[in-house]
Amino acid sequence: MDTNSDSNLLKALEAESWSLISDNALNRFQRSPHHALQMLIYLQAALGYIPPALQRQIARDLQLPITHIQGLVAFYFFLSAEKLGTYRIYISNNITDKMLDAATLTECLCQQLNVSLGCPREDEKVYIEQTSCIGLSDQGPSCLINGLSIPSLNEERIRQIVSLIESDTELSLWPKSLFETSDSIQRKGWLLDNTTSPGESLRQALKIGDEKSLALLEKSALRGRGGAGFPTAKKWRFCKGTPAEKHVVVCNADEGEPGTFKDRVLLRQHCDLILEGMTICARLIGAELGFIYLRAEYLNLLPDLEKTLQKWRDNNLLGQAILGNEGFNFDIEIHLGAGAYICGEESALIESLEGKRGIPRNRPPFPVSEGYLSYPTVVNNVETFAMAARIFGKEGDSFSQLGTEQSKGTKLLSISGDTPKPGIYEFPWGVTIQEIILASGAKNTYFVQVGGPAGELLDQSQFKRTLCYEDVATGGSFMIFNAERNPLEIILNFTQFFAHESCGFCTPCRVGTQLNHQLFEKISTQGAAPSDIEKLEELNLLMDRFSHCGLGKTASHIVKQGLAQFHKKLKPGDDNWSPDFDLDKSLSTARKLRIIDTGAN
Amino acid sequence: MPQKISPRKIKIDQQDIPFSEGQSIMEAAEQAGVYIPHLCHKAGYKAHGSCRLCTVKASGRWVSACTEPAEVGLQVENNSSELQSQRRAIVQLLFAEGNHHCPFCEKSGNCQLQAVAYSLDMHDAHFAHQFPHRTLDASHPEVLLDRDRCIQCELCVRASKEHDKKNVFALSGRGPHTQLIVNSESGKLKDSEIEKDDEAIKVCPTGALMNRSKPFSVPIGQRQFDNIPIDQQSTGKSGNNEAQP
Ligand SMILES: Cc1cc2nc3c(=O)[nH]c(=O)nc-3n(C[C@H](O)[C@H](O)[C@H](O)COP(=O)(O)O)c2cc1C
Ligand code: SF4
Ligand code: SF4
Repeated sequence: MDTNSDSNLLKALEAESWSLISDNALNRFQRSPHHALQMLIYLQAALGYIPPALQRQIARDLQLPITHIQGLVAFYFFLSAEKLGTYRIYISNNITDKMLDAATLTECLCQQLNVSLGCPREDEKVYIEQTSCIGLSDQGPSCLINGLSIPSLNEERIRQIVSLIESDTELSLWPKSLFETSDSIQRKGWLLDNTTSPGESLRQALKIGDEKSLALLEKSALRGRGGAGFPTAKKWRFCKGTPAEKHVVVCNADEGEPGTFKDRVLLRQHCDLILEGMTICARLIGAELGFIYLRAEYLNLLPDLEKTLQKWRDNNLLGQAILGNEGFNFDIEIHLGAGAYICGEESALIESLEGKRGIPRNRPPFPVSEGYLSYPTVVNNVETFAMAARIFGKEGDSFSQLGTEQSKGTKLLSISGDTPKPGIYEFPWGVTIQEIILASGAKNTYFVQVGGPAGELLDQSQFKRTLCYEDVATGGSFMIFNAERNPLEIILNFTQFFAHESCGFCTPCRVGTQLNHQLFEKISTQGAAPSDIEKLEELNLLMDRFSHCGLGKTASHIVKQGLAQFHKKLKPGDDNWSPDFDLDKSLSTARKLRIIDTGAN
Repeated sequence: MPQKISPRKIKIDQQDIPFSEGQSIMEAAEQAGVYIPHLCHKAGYKAHGSCRLCTVKASGRWVSACTEPAEVGLQVENNSSELQSQRRAIVQLLFAEGNHHCPFCEKSGNCQLQAVAYSLDMHDAHFAHQFPHRTLDASHPEVLLDRDRCIQCELCVRASKEHDKKNVFALSGRGPHTQLIVNSESGKLKDSEIEKDDEAIKVCPTGALMNRSKPFSVPIGQRQFDNIPIDQQSTGKSGNNEAQP
C-alpha cells in the first residue's frame, strides 16, 4: 500500500495500522535512530498527534527503549501524544505581541471558535495554545497554524481564520496572503548590502588556500553573532586541529531569543551567503557533514531553503568534488526543531540533532572536540556564517575597519516594541543605544531590553552606552518600551518565558525559574513583602552560580535588574505591601492535595 | 585501586589533594577523604552534574566538582560558609519541589537527601512548596516507585543501563514536568524487567525507588545516617546506602 501521502497516513491512523505508519516514517529518514525526532515531527504534522501505541511501534522498529520516544514527545512543545485537533493554533506570547493586544485577539479567537486555551475542542477540530516568541515581533501579534506562521493578526484576520476553520477548509487552500510575512529591512550596511554572487567567496577561499583563508578570517577578528562572541577563526582552528574520522558543520538557526528575527530574514534574503559560509567552513576544517538546525517556528522557510540547497548541488557548490576539487565533498541536511528554546544552546542542539531530548551536555568536552556523534563539530550562528562568507567576497576586508577595538564589523539588530519602524537594522558595533532608538523613530522611550529576556534592561540613564562585546553585548534582540508600559508586566512576561523553557535538567533552574515566576506574579498583583525580595535576590545568586547552562545562569538577571531599577515599584511601601503568605491560595493547594492514584496497583 | 601517587595536585580549602590524569575534582576529593556534598554523583557512574549540590569555586569559576576535570594548580573553595548556605538552598529547592514527608518515609535514616539536609543544617524548605501531582507506581510486588520523592538525579537511569544492562528508566517531559518513566508496554514497573536486587534500586539516593520486600528491617535509629552524619562517613561509601537487611 502506498502511504506516501498524508491522506493515506490518516487512513492508516484510523485503521490503527501502527507498523505501516511507523514504516513510512522510518523510510523517509534512513531508518536511523538519530532521525527519531525528525520522524516524530513528520508524523505530528501528518497526523496531528503521535498516539502512544504508535510511539511504542516506532521505538520497537528503531530498536530504542519505548521511553526514548515517549521522552521526546513529552519534551518538545509541538509534539503531542493526545489528539489536539485538526487545526492547532499556537499564539506567540512575547511581550511585544502582548503590547499589540495579543491577549484580546486570543480571547476573541477562543470565543468565536468556542474553545478554551489549552483544551482541545470537543469535536477535535481546534486547539489553541500560547507559545514563546515565534520570531515575528516586527509584525505581531502572530501565530502558527499547524506549524505555519500567520503575522499581523487583527480582528479581520481572526474572523477570516475562524470562517476557514469552521468551513473545514484545508490549510493548503487558505489564502496565501494570510501567510505572507515581510522582511522589513530598515537599515542596511556592510552585510546586507552584499553584492557578491553565490560561489564567489568560496572560489576565493579555494584560490588562496586553507591556511591563508583561516589567516584572513583571523585577521578579520570576526566573533560569533549568536551571543557569546567567541572568535570564529579560533573555533574553526580548534575543530580542524582535533583529529577524527569526520568533522561536522552546524548552522544554528534556532533563533529562540524572544524579540529576535534577524536570522529569519537572513535565511530568506541571504541564504546563499549562509550556505557559502558553511561550505567554506567545511573546506577549512575538513568536514563532509553539514546541518542547518531550523527552529520549528520557521517551517514556512523550509521549501525555499530546500530549493536553494538543490540549486547549490546542481551548481556543484555542494556535493562531491565541489567546484572540481577532488576530495572536497560536503553536503547539508536540514533538521527541524520542535519547540524548545534550550535547543539553541549548542550542546543541547547537538543532542537534538542526534534525535534526543535537548539537554545541554557537560563541558568539557566542547563541541569542537566532541560534538555531533562525538565528531569534532563547529556550531555557528546563521549571521556568523553569512559574515564569514561575506569576508571572502568583494571588499570583504572593509569589515574590520568597522566597529570597535574588540568588536569588529557590523551587527544585525531585530528591533521591535514601541517604534513606528520595527524591523532589521544593521549597525557597526560601537553605536550607542540612543542612536539606535533615534534611527528607529521611537519616541518617549522609557527603557529598552537588549539581548532578549536574558540580556540587559537599560533605562534612560544608560542610553549613552555602546553596543559591543566590551559594553552591551547582544545576539540581536532590541525591544523598545515607552513610558506607558508597566515594567512589572514586562518582567513577568520574561520570568514566564524562562519557567516555560527551562529544560529541567538541573535543580537551580528547574525549580528556580518556577519560583521566580510565582514570586513575581505575586508581587505584580499584590505588591511585595520584604521576604519576597530577599527570596528573589537569593534565587538570583543561586541560579547564576549553580546552574548547569547559560539559560539558568541568566534567567534571573532580569529580576535582579528589575529590582535594581524599579525598586520604588517593587520595594514594600505603605500602600504597596502584602504578606507573602496567602491563606486562600495555600488552602487551594491543600484542597487539591494528592489522592493516591487508584490505577497504580 | 591501582594507583601510583602522582605529583599532580589541586588545593581544596588550603589542603593539597593529589589527583591522577582524567579525574574530576570530586574523584580527587573522595580519594583523599574530603567530602563535597552531592546527590546525583556516585563513584563508578558517569558524571551527571544535575543536582548542582557539589558546586565549588575553582580558581574563580563556579563549577560542579563532579564534572570539572582536576587540573594542576586549581584552587578549590569547598567548605566555606557561603557555599554551604547556597548548597542548603539547593536542598531546600529539592524539598520544596517534591512531596517529601520524612516521618512517614521508609527510607528515613538511609536517605541521602535527608542526610544531606541535616548535614547542611536545613530546618525548613524555606521556599514555597510546589505540591506537584505525581503518580505512584505500586504495581510491582517487590519494587516501589514513589515519584513524589524523586529528585530526577538519573542515578537509577544510569545504573539500570550501565550496570543492570536493562534500561528500565528514563526521564521524560521538560522543566517542572520532568518525571521518571518506566520502560514497559504499560509504563508500569510490573511489566518491566526490574528485579528487586537491581543496582538501579540500590543507588536511589531518596525513597523514590525502594525494595519493598523487607520494610523496616533495620529499625529507625540504627540506620546509616541516624548517628553519623553523611559528611563524616567515608565518602566513597556515601552513595551506598541501600536499606540494610
Ligand atoms: C539558552 C541558550 C539559547 C541559545 N540560543 C541560541 C540561538 O537561538 N541561536 C544561536 O545562534 N545561538 C544560541 N545560543 C548560543 C549557542 O550556544 C552558541 O554559542 C552559538 O550558536 C555559537 O555560534 P556563534 O559563535 O556563531 O555565536 C544560545 C545559548 C544559550 C545558553
Ligand atoms: S540551567 Fe536550566 S536549561 Fe540549563 S541545564 Fe539547567 S535546567 Fe536545563
Ligand atoms: S528514582 Fe531515585 S535514583 Fe531515580 S531519578 Fe529519582 S531520585 Fe534519582
